[in-house]
Amino acid sequence: MSIKQNLTNPEPWAGLAMGNEAVARAMIEVSTRVITTYPGSPVPEIATTLNLIAPEHRDFYFESSTNEKVALEVATGGSLNGHLSTVFFKSVGLNVASDSLIQLSMLELIGGLVVILGDDPGANSSQNEQDNRIWARMSYIPMLEPGSPTEAYQMYKEAAALAKRQRGPVFLRLTTHVCHAREVVQFAAMSGEEPDWTPRFDANNGPYWPIAAAVFPLKRKALQKLQAYEALAEESPLNRVLAPHGVAPVDSKRLGVISAGIPAYSVLENIDQAGATVDLLKLGITYPLPSQKILAFLEAHDEVVILEELERVLEGEIKALAYDNSVKCRILARPDWDQVMGEFDPVRSYKLLAGFWPKAFEPRDFPEPSAEVVPRPPQLCPGCGHRSAFHAVKKAIESDTITVADIGCHSLGSLPPYNMGEVLLCMGHSVSTGAGLAVKNDTRKVVSFLGDSTMFHAALPGIINAIIYNHNVTLVLLDNGTTAMTGHQARHGSGEIGDKIPIIGLLETLGVQKILDVDSYNQRKLIAYVQEANAHEGFAVVIARHPCMLKFTRASRKKSPGLKLPKIAVNPEQAADALPAMEQFGCPTFQRTEDDQVGVSEDLCIGCGSCIMSAAPGTLKIQRPLAPAPASAPSPDGAKSPGAKSPGGVK
Amino acid sequence: MSIFNVYLTGVGGQGIGLLSGALGTAIVDVGHKVLGCETHGLAQRGGVVVSHLRVGEGAYAPRVPPGQADLVVSLERLEGLRGAVNMLRPGGRIIFYDAEYQPIAVRMGEAVYPKVSDIEAEVASKGGTVERVFDEDLSDPRMQNVALLARVAALGAIDKITPARLEKAIAASVPAKLLETNLEVYRRNLGL
Repeated sequence: MSIKQNLTNPEPWAGLAMGNEAVARAMIEVSTRVITTYPGSPVPEIATTLNLIAPEHRDFYFESSTNEKVALEVATGGSLNGHLSTVFFKSVGLNVASDSLIQLSMLELIGGLVVILGDDPGANSSQNEQDNRIWARMSYIPMLEPGSPTEAYQMYKEAAALAKRQRGPVFLRLTTHVCHAREVVQFAAMSGEEPDWTPRFDANNGPYWPIAAAVFPLKRKALQKLQAYEALAEESPLNRVLAPHGVAPVDSKRLGVISAGIPAYSVLENIDQAGATVDLLKLGITYPLPSQKILAFLEAHDEVVILEELERVLEGEIKALAYDNSVKCRILARPDWDQVMGEFDPVRSYKLLAGFWPKAFEPRDFPEPSAEVVPRPPQLCPGCGHRSAFHAVKKAIESDTITVADIGCHSLGSLPPYNMGEVLLCMGHSVSTGAGLAVKNDTRKVVSFLGDSTMFHAALPGIINAIIYNHNVTLVLLDNGTTAMTGHQARHGSGEIGDKIPIIGLLETLGVQKILDVDSYNQRKLIAYVQEANAHEGFAVVIARHPCMLKFTRASRKKSPGLKLPKIAVNPEQAADALPAMEQFGCPTFQRTEDDQVGVSEDLCIGCGSCIMSAAPGTLKIQRPLAPAPASAPSPDGAKSPGAKSPGGVK
Repeated sequence: MSIFNVYLTGVGGQGIGLLSGALGTAIVDVGHKVLGCETHGLAQRGGVVVSHLRVGEGAYAPRVPPGQADLVVSLERLEGLRGAVNMLRPGGRIIFYDAEYQPIAVRMGEAVYPKVSDIEAEVASKGGTVERVFDEDLSDPRMQNVALLARVAALGAIDKITPARLEKAIAASVPAKLLETNLEVYRRNLGL
């Protein structure tokens, strides 16, 4: 049984499901009514799953908002009206949302609100591996931490029940490999509750106005609720002792481990493999901690290891608890500072446990890689307009120009062979960081890169700032018309959802003095435009646009299966001239042959012709197939832009 | 408890989702417990994409630990080598489709793309077995995964995963209008 066929199955069923899919089913099972998100790995598949249900068949409202703060606020509003609401986004999305989040525990959210975090220990797809357990402490919001798809499903339902009962926010903290793990999950029946969209907002449920002295009664209420949550955590079966090989015999040292999430499962695997008589207190509710349960566990053991991933959150709180209660148990934890980095898989947890308890966990040799293998960093797809843009900008700028990267597919411009984008902070930073780099700087130009989706997410205040102070920055706006990196979600203002917001019109209205607009495939014009923008004193924008060709090619192939695309061919008489296309332009289509010539991968080439201008005239040519090629790709900003059939400016 | 670790690898865009989806479904269908995990996000853009399948009662954590894969299945040669070096256990088995997708360092002339013999030497040093898969008649590179699945089934590389079982799982995973061409490739590569 698959989630695709059974997402709305009213009966209980079981089937293979990814953590994200299981959470989506849980939302529907318990009649979550208002759901919002901003796309970001590791949680975008929750949205993909919800989108399996057509809008007209939904008993819930779902939107992908312009950013995480907006998403959180929309979900908060839903909850204020009495609807069970949920927002989900990636780890760093909480930084964006935090300005609103920090008030939530002080407010009576009468419908309940679940905030799902996709944390990313190991920084698998993020700019850091921030530990959002700390946010729970700062915002007085309880936190549940699953370690498997089954637990993700169960704990969402528990989080929703707690949020409704306590009329407040609850965190569900997923991590990357919980989101993307897959196992057979047993699902329950649908609640089948009829939607009731009556807006039940009532200011008398408040006050909802935390300002100055009015903060304190509200903060007191938040702290009281936290105490109630601690009592619930003491009784919850989500915090439980697991001992696969029985409790340690009384005549030897009694050993225990306290852990949560995937690290707890790594420990279980270690205990199972070693046949060790070690107990595990697996915490499901990790904030507030169940003090009495933890104290009882500490007192029942001679030595306890606290095994957690990232920051020393459990360690600090449990050690303080033990100190206050004069507990005799010896508490052990990760000894080295570098162990606050990265994930704890079974190998790493085994090494740690074997270091403390070599009798229970016999030291083992774990295989190390036997050789170096050429790395394969991610790269821009064949036909990507960003490649054309980076290749052109590199030619247009001086060698001492400072380039600033932003978040999106275009972050990959920082890698060889382009090396365009030398500083990266977060979504939408590039214009303002660039502005600071340009302050009192008369010698080195500053070029900032930004994607269209990211512009709507968080860059507009920075752009307005650059306009007002006329910061001497050239913004290269890489417009592919979609949110490509996370799976082609509709970009706000693209016209896919709601009306189109014309980017040029928007920038003109805001007051940008110089706006130049070009299809990225047109390298000559793009080079000239970047130079013109750099010569302009003050803030200038070059829009380098081309539709996402991955999205476009997929759509073309879906429309006409068996579609034969044109292919690029190297003119054999100019074989040596093709090297720059492979080494500098760097389209993955070009593969080095055994005699160091340029070959063309039939598998990868989409025949877009974007490479033609990267080599001497006559070197690269498009070979058309016998079957008809796809229609022209639409330009993200409406203007006619040639696609796979006749690439822009390469005639 | 015994665990049979399967590590699937390839390059973003090669269709590793079908590999892990069909194998996962088939493994559940024959009554084994399975715990799996995929990589997503950045890696989709022509980087390395991997998927883990851990079969048996003893698997609690979702990823195969390095050097503990009983079976490595790769859609590409360089990733096959990487899987053999980093993930294969001594005496393990690797089955790889011999597609070549050069990473940027090779295209820039800074590194050399491996030969089939590099994989063979690596696997031999671990006392394992290696099978190269290549279908010269493939009309569309996006069916390399199906050709590879056929060899996994034909070799009996995973307990109880027979050609008929896996064919059923593929049929459940592939869109109806592409099914016939896919099954043609599958059956041809069974080589039975």
